[in-house]
Amino acid sequence: MDKKKQAYVCTGCGIGDALDIEALTGMISSEMSVDCKSHAALCSKDGRAFIEADIKDGVNTITIGACSLRVMQDEFDFGEDKIVTRANLREQCAWCQGEDADAEYVQELGSDNMRMAVVKADKQDLPEPYQLEKITKDILVMGGGIAGLTAAKEAAKAGYAVTLVEKAAALGGKALGWRKQFPTKAPWTDLQEPTIADMVHSVESDANITVKTETEVARIAGAPGVYKVTFKAAGTASEWDAPAKVAVDEQDAIDKGDVEDPNAGKNPYMQENPEAVDFGGVVLATGWKPADVSEYEHLGYGTLKNVVTNAEFEKLAKAGKVPAKVAFVQSPGGKDDDKDFPYCNSVTSMVALKQAKYVREDNPDGQAFILYQHMRTPGHMEMFYKGIQDDDGIFLTKAAVTKVEESDAGLTVSMQDTLLNDDVSLDVDMVVLAAGMIPTTKDEATINLAYRQGPAFLDLDLFEGYADSHFICFPYETRRTGVYACGGVRKAANMEETIDDATGAALKAIQCIESVDHGVAVHPRSGDKTFPEFFFQRCTQCKRCTEECPFGALDDDEKGTPLPNPTRCRRCGTCMGACPERIIGFKDYNIDMIGSMIKAIEVPDDDEDKLRILALVCENDAYPALDMAGMRRNKINNLVRVIPVRCLGSVNMVWIKDAMSSGMDGVILLGCKYGDDYQCHFVKGSEIASKRMENIGETLGTLGLEPERCATRQVAITDYDKIPDIINEFVEEIIELGPNPFKGF
Amino acid sequence: MTDAGGASPMGAVLVVGGGISGMTVALEAAEVGKDVFLIEKNPYMGGRVAQLNQYFPKLCPPSCGMEINFKRIKNNRKVRMYTMTQIKSVTGDAGNYEVTLETTPRLVNNNCTACNDCVGVCPEERDNDFNFNMDKTRAIYKPHEMAMPMKYVIDAKACTKCGKCVEACKYDAIDLDMAPKTFTLNVASIAWSTGWNPYDPAKMDNLKFNESDAIITNMMMERLAAPAGPTLGKILRPGDNKEPQSFGFVQCAGSRDENHLEYCSYVCCMATMKQITYIRERYPEAPIYVFYIDLRTPGKYENFRAKLMDDPNTHFIKGKVADIVPEDDGSVTMVAENAVTGEKIRQNVDLAVLATGMEPAAQGLAAGFGAEVDSNGFIVSNEDKAILSAGCARKASDVVTATQNSTAAALKAVQASRR
Repeated sequence: MDKKKQAYVCTGCGIGDALDIEALTGMISSEMSVDCKSHAALCSKDGRAFIEADIKDGVNTITIGACSLRVMQDEFDFGEDKIVTRANLREQCAWCQGEDADAEYVQELGSDNMRMAVVKADKQDLPEPYQLEKITKDILVMGGGIAGLTAAKEAAKAGYAVTLVEKAAALGGKALGWRKQFPTKAPWTDLQEPTIADMVHSVESDANITVKTETEVARIAGAPGVYKVTFKAAGTASEWDAPAKVAVDEQDAIDKGDVEDPNAGKNPYMQENPEAVDFGGVVLATGWKPADVSEYEHLGYGTLKNVVTNAEFEKLAKAGKVPAKVAFVQSPGGKDDDKDFPYCNSVTSMVALKQAKYVREDNPDGQAFILYQHMRTPGHMEMFYKGIQDDDGIFLTKAAVTKVEESDAGLTVSMQDTLLNDDVSLDVDMVVLAAGMIPTTKDEATINLAYRQGPAFLDLDLFEGYADSHFICFPYETRRTGVYACGGVRKAANMEETIDDATGAALKAIQCIESVDHGVAVHPRSGDKTFPEFFFQRCTQCKRCTEECPFGALDDDEKGTPLPNPTRCRRCGTCMGACPERIIGFKDYNIDMIGSMIKAIEVPDDDEDKLRILALVCENDAYPALDMAGMRRNKINNLVRVIPVRCLGSVNMVWIKDAMSSGMDGVILLGCKYGDDYQCHFVKGSEIASKRMENIGETLGTLGLEPERCATRQVAITDYDKIPDIINEFVEEIIELGPNPFKGF
Repeated sequence: MTDAGGASPMGAVLVVGGGISGMTVALEAAEVGKDVFLIEKNPYMGGRVAQLNQYFPKLCPPSCGMEINFKRIKNNRKVRMYTMTQIKSVTGDAGNYEVTLETTPRLVNNNCTACNDCVGVCPEERDNDFNFNMDKTRAIYKPHEMAMPMKYVIDAKACTKCGKCVEACKYDAIDLDMAPKTFTLNVASIAWSTGWNPYDPAKMDNLKFNESDAIITNMMMERLAAPAGPTLGKILRPGDNKEPQSFGFVQCAGSRDENHLEYCSYVCCMATMKQITYIRERYPEAPIYVFYIDLRTPGKYENFRAKLMDDPNTHFIKGKVADIVPEDDGSVTMVAENAVTGEKIRQNVDLAVLATGMEPAAQGLAAGFGAEVDSNGFIVSNEDKAILSAGCARKASDVVTATQNSTAAALKAVQASRR
């Protein structure tokens, strides 16, 4: 675009009091060669008209020095064909300095903020969305149980063609074996007749749904909008099975013949199957398997007759009559541990209540004993529990079950710490153990992606094998764009929760497909029209981008060059941060842009008090925290110059070098918490950045600069009262070290 | 985001309530391309979660996810957002509802830059309901620290129209004569995401909420622990600002109780576990007593609980609190019976926290506008009528479950717009 630039400074909200506006506009007009005017309130009707008048005269690239870019977006939106950049002269200048601040220092801060915004406008282009030539909107649903049936039905109802794949001969999954199901509506007291047959029928008779039973997915290649899926007969091996990820050293061992090749007989992940079927999005609903509980030897499963799991008891109940006297054991830990069996959630509490009802239904004098540590019947299910308590043939007690053994009476259950007595033993016909529901993703890749980063979801260990999300606010967001998990692969859930979850997953798949169709990103940068562009002529195939992408967006082409899949990409820029050749960038966010902004910061080389510290801060958490600090009139050290970044993962180390070689005295990165409870919205960004910073510290050391000049700190969005001290502490350390010795060179 | 006004597009959805669930319904539908009207009765978005200090089990601040949602709203022209707005009437049927809405005057217009000059001159005060009346704001105030929209508001009940703020405002942002505004929308579906209120603790006579400052609710604890709360994140006893030396938690304060809420409120056990971490951060050794019926921390929450159970100064007692006795020294004595040992317990603590349950906020309102309400007051989602429910308006749940079923409600709304 042919840029016609104009800059503006707002004097409202105290900016005019804190800064010498004439000097500021004069500096921009002369030094930056961009005309700069001021106005008393740019966000006002009059202020916008002031800008619009220039737009009428052809201005299309606008820099506004006023409040934070986080506010007044609508007021400063002049259409998609204009470039607008904002300099934060309010929250992060006028409001965070206090009345006793040295006016000269404040002026320098404001001037640098303006310089950076003007350069930013200069160095960016209007985004052009990434559009695939042809996309498929069909949805693949894996798994034909309640979750899969629901996802298929709901997506079809919204007008999308669905293929539902089930490995068994019939649809219905685990629910086919249920005798009754939990109550789903008021008064939540009575078990309901299973509805699974209706659900299966409605899917089978839906013209928008293609059902493939006795079928599995061998591999899913491609990306959202252009997935290429290979099916195979259930239980068979195929040359198209998704290959396991093999690291470089593992490959060496395989090549030497020391280790068996896990991918023997499988086609490479990049090989295209001409017979693969096209899909736009995927719902993973492959459910769960009953847990093996034989490890709890004191409970006798596998050694004692008539000690069964809840899943086995349901089968018995479905097939016929259950015994008259049954104990239900909810917790395996005896006296030492009051946890439920693993992989239970609250489902097994409710299953025990349901199955206790079977005992009563089948036997006029039936007795059921529910032995729990904590009865878990959340929400309305409490009403079901309460109804059960009124049944005088069902006995419920807190109990630490210590032993199950054979006796003349059949089985004897020993327990302690009950609500009745300290030590109690109970003679029963059968003991039912509340075994958990193991997600199918725990031991197998299941989703079978033909991706360079491997076939499975990442971070499964964090979630004990569940294909879950780590985001409380955004439960469908995982590290694999376009694939949405629901039902038993995500958590042990009852039918009602599963149906909601599957409906939500169908929505997310549809949303991803529609976003791909419009060439925009999905969460968390929903609607972003930019995408990373690569200048491959200079690529050295180092693969850092490919390895570090949190979303596995990059594969390899046949020559070993990274092959981007833009529709898998979430636009965090971690690839840009990773690239040592600096060949990756976005239209409005790139190496040159941020580097030029850094170089635009004026570094005095003749004043030892005027140190300059660069702060690269996460725009989602640290930047708002800085804004809030300003809104609360907390003082932020005015030697610091702040540049917001998409994610710390996108910080390329060349920017640190740019800062140090332009004479700045230190660089601090402010990003989100990482580790098991990470808060980074791009999962790995802040963690990767801190590792890169450790390494650059060493590089600086070899240059004779102290590694302490570069630091990373984790801050939360609510750290607005702590952030001034976090920054001050770092500045104090730099002051201690003294000015950058290369200043002025 | 687009502001009010303009003709109603075809197949739009009206989302009632702008908390985490309402924002989720709105955004998930809008990001598929549907037009959404999102209304909120408060002067700010974010609802109940905006008041939370941290989420369990990650102990992360809710404002982090909200910042993303706010950004999504601001960047999406399909979402039209209205604060201080409520439904007045609903006519029509599925696929074709006509809804009349009324916006209460904010008395501050869109010119507001949040510069704060008005607050300094305002002579009137009001109880700060955002902080459960534990502190005060001026009659003109910013709803809370991270408010969206970042606009001030005047409490008409507290304002005397002295005009000092009008004089102080450089941006002509204050209009003390602003009138209520009524407008009509045509929508295909209505999604209720009106959330919950903490169960009124005064209704439980035995727990003496109004008789001692040493008895607070778990939501008050959230505000006490919040960095921008009334005590700037220090946990102090209301009234005398004492640093409590001991703490008690009363689980099922109103929940699982046929005289109050019959259902389980789902989150209170986890909320207490989380609040134990707030206390531990500030009072590493203080004894904490938790009186419970069952500890409902299922699934992935078990590991979070396990860590806390190992703390030698935190005591978990299975037994329901029968009575709380206010003492002369400002402390309270919790009276209970240990259900396992039969032991009678009288435990004195400096601060007692009632783990009050969730009561659906809009039961009467929703029923009046054609929504089906169940016997516990939650709104039943009815896709045939295209009257949907989401989040805690639908059932007591944690944030993850609420956002899941809100995403589901978005698909139902998308389907309804095809009719």
